[in-house]
Amino acid sequence: MSLLSYIFGIVAALVTLAVVIEMLRRGRMRERHAIWWLIAGTLALIIGVFPQILNWLSELLGVGLPVNLVFFVSIAVLFLVCIQHSSELTQLESKTRTLAERHAILQLEVEQLKAHVAALTDGKD
Amino acid sequence: MPPSLARTLIVMPAYNEEASVAAVVAEVHEKLPGTAVLVVDDGSLDATARRAHDAGALVARLPFNMGVGGAMRLGFQYALSNGYDVVVQIDSDGQHDPAAVPSLLEALADSDIAIGARFSGEGQYEVRGPRKWAMRLLSVVLSRITGTKLNDTTSGFKANGPRAVELFARAYPAEYLGDTVEALVIAARAQLKVSQTPVSMRPRTTGTPSHNPFKSAVYLARAFLALVVAVIRPRHAITETAIA
Repeated sequence: MSLLSYIFGIVAALVTLAVVIEMLRRGRMRERHAIWWLIAGTLALIIGVFPQILNWLSELLGVGLPVNLVFFVSIAVLFLVCIQHSSELTQLESKTRTLAERHAILQLEVEQLKAHVAALTDGKD
Repeated sequence: MPPSLARTLIVMPAYNEEASVAAVVAEVHEKLPGTAVLVVDDGSLDATARRAHDAGALVARLPFNMGVGGAMRLGFQYALSNGYDVVVQIDSDGQHDPAAVPSLLEALADSDIAIGARFSGEGQYEVRGPRKWAMRLLSVVLSRITGTKLNDTTSGFKANGPRAVELFARAYPAEYLGDTVEALVIAARAQLKVSQTPVSMRPRTTGTPSHNPFKSAVYLARAFLALVVAVIRPRHAITETAIA
């Protein structure tokens, strides 16, 4: 591995972590969503700084080509995040639905009250 | 004793039905005098809400399209909080004859949900291919689950008694086919009694039914999936998804 690719690996991990932490700081991302990216970024940083760990782990797990372990873990993380998003999307839709229903009922009731009030004031004049 | 018309709310889910909704509301008023009609405008882009209002119906407007299930749960909630015992669902495209409502209400005397069914002798209705298989599969499985013989499970012409209104105000599914397939499974699992009453359906006054075989095959697959999910869903999740 050349020095350049060694540095590139570390910088990529640092940039990822920096972006996630900055978004957290500004309130653009909630902790529960950031946690997976923080874990992935930290893993990438550790492997970037100490590539020997990757070789050692691959041998331990019987993965022939160490880079395949990287792909496997990356895809697993992306997969889990996607599933989490689908689930949260479902919950959001369900909440939106409840809000829409309440809104429609309230709107109908306001219109009924307005008509009622208008009829009352007409009677007085 | 069948429930009275005065305590009955007619709920009509309507999505872009400006051409027919006023006539259907007028027909309900004419054939069922004194009955309250709630048109749920399901995010229509046309003048559905205005036409329905001008025809004398109560109109609740959903801010975006949510499908029949979303519109109906709104109807059940409105009925529950305004003292209506019974909710009768009628399509706003004019294919259901309001004159059949009293016979549905009669069926509610000894059941909680009365389905106005097309295949029970009255009326003509024909479907072919995968859609027919889907409907047959649904009626066989749902007949077993509900313990009653049901021929027309996808009918949108239904009367719901007090126990069904109370249950559905909380747990009426909004998913595709949820209003027909899953709603019946939820009702059966809550020990509600389902019955069917023969009614004749008229051809739709507007729009055309789909006969595309590919779409019908997709329908079959989705109907099957909806059925499986409804059956394996844990009991507590039914209300949780509804209230969340």
